[in-house]
Amino acid sequence: MSFFSFLKQNWPELSTLLRQHLWLVLVSTFVAVAIGIPTGILLTRRKSLRGPVLGIANIMQTIPSLALFGFLIPLPFFGGIGARTAIVALVVYALLPIIRNTVTGIVGVDPNVREAAVAMGMTGPQILWQVELPLAMPVIITGVRVAMVIGIGVATIAAAVGAGGLGVYIFRGLRQYDNNLLLAGAVPAALMALTADFGLGLLERHFSLPNRRKGSTKSRLKVIALVAVAVIVLTLFFGGYLSAWRSSRLANAPANSARIVVGSKDFTESAILAEIVAQMLEARSVTVERDYELGGNLPHDAMLGGRLDIYPEYTGTSYTAILHHQPITDPRAVYEQVKKEYAEKFGVAVSEPLGFENTFAILIRGVEARRLKLKTISEAARYAPNWRAGFGQDFMSRADGYPGFSKAYGLKFAEQPREMDLSLTYIALASNKVDLIAGNSTEGRIAALDLFQLEDDRHYFPPYEAVYLVRQDTLARVAQLREVLTKLAHSISTDEMRQLNYEVDANKRNQAEVVREWIKRKGF
Amino acid sequence: MSETLKKPLVEFKDVSFAHPSAAAPIISHLNFSVAPGETLVLLGESGCGKTTTLKLINCLLMPAAGEVVVEGKATTAWDPIRLRRRTGYVIQEGGLFPHFTVAQNVGLVPALEGWQQARIKSRVAELLSLVGLEPGEFADRYPAELSGGQRQRIGVARALAADPPLLLLDEPFGALDPLTRASLQREFSDLSKRLNKTAVFVTHDVREALLLGSRIGLMHAGKLLLLETPKNFLNSNNEQAIAYLETLRVSAGSVQEDAP
Repeated sequence: MSFFSFLKQNWPELSTLLRQHLWLVLVSTFVAVAIGIPTGILLTRRKSLRGPVLGIANIMQTIPSLALFGFLIPLPFFGGIGARTAIVALVVYALLPIIRNTVTGIVGVDPNVREAAVAMGMTGPQILWQVELPLAMPVIITGVRVAMVIGIGVATIAAAVGAGGLGVYIFRGLRQYDNNLLLAGAVPAALMALTADFGLGLLERHFSLPNRRKGSTKSRLKVIALVAVAVIVLTLFFGGYLSAWRSSRLANAPANSARIVVGSKDFTESAILAEIVAQMLEARSVTVERDYELGGNLPHDAMLGGRLDIYPEYTGTSYTAILHHQPITDPRAVYEQVKKEYAEKFGVAVSEPLGFENTFAILIRGVEARRLKLKTISEAARYAPNWRAGFGQDFMSRADGYPGFSKAYGLKFAEQPREMDLSLTYIALASNKVDLIAGNSTEGRIAALDLFQLEDDRHYFPPYEAVYLVRQDTLARVAQLREVLTKLAHSISTDEMRQLNYEVDANKRNQAEVVREWIKRKGF
Repeated sequence: MSETLKKPLVEFKDVSFAHPSAAAPIISHLNFSVAPGETLVLLGESGCGKTTTLKLINCLLMPAAGEVVVEGKATTAWDPIRLRRRTGYVIQEGGLFPHFTVAQNVGLVPALEGWQQARIKSRVAELLSLVGLEPGEFADRYPAELSGGQRQRIGVARALAADPPLLLLDEPFGALDPLTRASLQREFSDLSKRLNKTAVFVTHDVREALLLGSRIGLMHAGKLLLLETPKNFLNSNNEQAIAYLETLRVSAGSVQEDAP
């Protein structure tokens, strides 16, 4: 499919994401300006506060965005999942350039001019409004410009906390190895950044001194025309968005008792499993809110914070990453331990296993496997010194990942394994950038990219049975949930799961549609 | 001159001033008065305290000891804003607002005082003509579009805008080229006589002091050494005064700077 026909076909969704993105950036920039400029002014009046406040703003800006989102989710008022959390994070990032430039701009006003203002008998507020702010304006607008461009970039990560925006396409595109999706997310974001930069640049030039000449009425008219066009475009955009938002709010309000928030992690399989529950619940007239594609342990934090009711998880992940136990190989023991501890510690129920395991799959290219006649990891170990490996951040860092794995099989590679985004490792392997990766056993692209899974002949990897984690109070509140989970117990085989993943990842089919067909076929 | 018999407009009574951080006082035990209509020139090298003295008059600084009396009232008793609006202030390069037009700069104090637009406009035109600039040509320009001499004229016009009884000038012509400076000095001399303004004028240029002052106050290290009319200053046997006059004689022979 060409990029342009992709755009044409997905225009409604893309325009929604664009609006969400713009909305996030504009609201956060507006809030940051409303906080940042007065703060900057205060700092010019109270010199002793300047160091500490700018220091704090500086530190806030160095927090990695995903970490900041993770930190915000459990917070009572600012946190949660969705636009509000994203806006809070974006405001945090936007504050530093705005505060700093307000201070720099005002402090930079010619002392002769300020002295003249005082000596002419101007009062403090008159000096601020008539002299300092107008003269500092170009510098302040530069700050807003920087903040906005940063915001447009960071807002792509907002997709990780379910706030939508163009990041949804970027994350999805990375996961599905789909350049159209990647471009459809990245290009509009880049264009938006350039437009904001250019527009604010015009405004900045308008306020700078050499332009204030007799002829400037002309350029003033031009700026006014530009602002008018911008306002019209934004109004059209948000008019539709707001009315849609309001009506969806109204529709949701009365159904509160049978309303449920379904979450997923940021990879296809998790989203498919979440969608299965969501659709089955909707068929039983439960109102479902979807918060998919949450990164790292965000779904866990969100569930404990009461902002998520249910999400799919793997027992092994809960056992090692959440409960911090050493990995063991008995699936039943893992399941029982997780179930017991989740009930005690978190008030969270664990469903019956869904019927398939998703464990680390050590993958090489199919061509290579056939040429060297390799079946197991042990057999492959002797070729490893000539190979390069690429692993996801997760696999590199966890105890049951690379450190233990390489020891168990005595593996040594040609160079230190590359640490990269998990989605990207499949692409890296298929395109000969690396020679061995650790993927997911149910990954749809294993077949699509002709990759070969080496057998874990020493049974190193612990079992990762798929289950749903549900808040116990939700289980009590929504009667339909128990029925749905009972139906789903032991109902998805590894092959079936791989097939579902393949449909979405390789055939690039709509996930909701794939799930709908599967539910129909199963007669759920 | 009958004005010298009137009550002084500005009076320094044993005034001292020191920066909180500095050990030595910037000025100490200053006593003098400025009579209505006269131009008192404070002459001295950089750091002698002459600018500090000027700033004590319009409440930009407050005395550490003694009191500065303006129009019969100590500066500590004045509302600083009121006093400053009754006092014209001219600094080097004019200190014009770069984002204001010439008309806005000149009309600043009248606008602050809430005058009607029409009155401000006619006053601005009147003042621009007074300082030798064609109102139609200059009113809508910005300071960056003017020459140094023109900016200085605007600075003087702005100080005169609300017709204040007192003018304070801090080396207003210091940054100008010699020819422009000489012509502005002449014009200022005429203007202050014609308008009968009282002025305190700070400079380090002895020629300027002799040309403009009705009296010259010679300052050194925060003290007033001498307070004389130009005629008496020329004949003074004070060492500092002689040193200043000496530079005048030498430079007249060899340096082009002060050649008329």
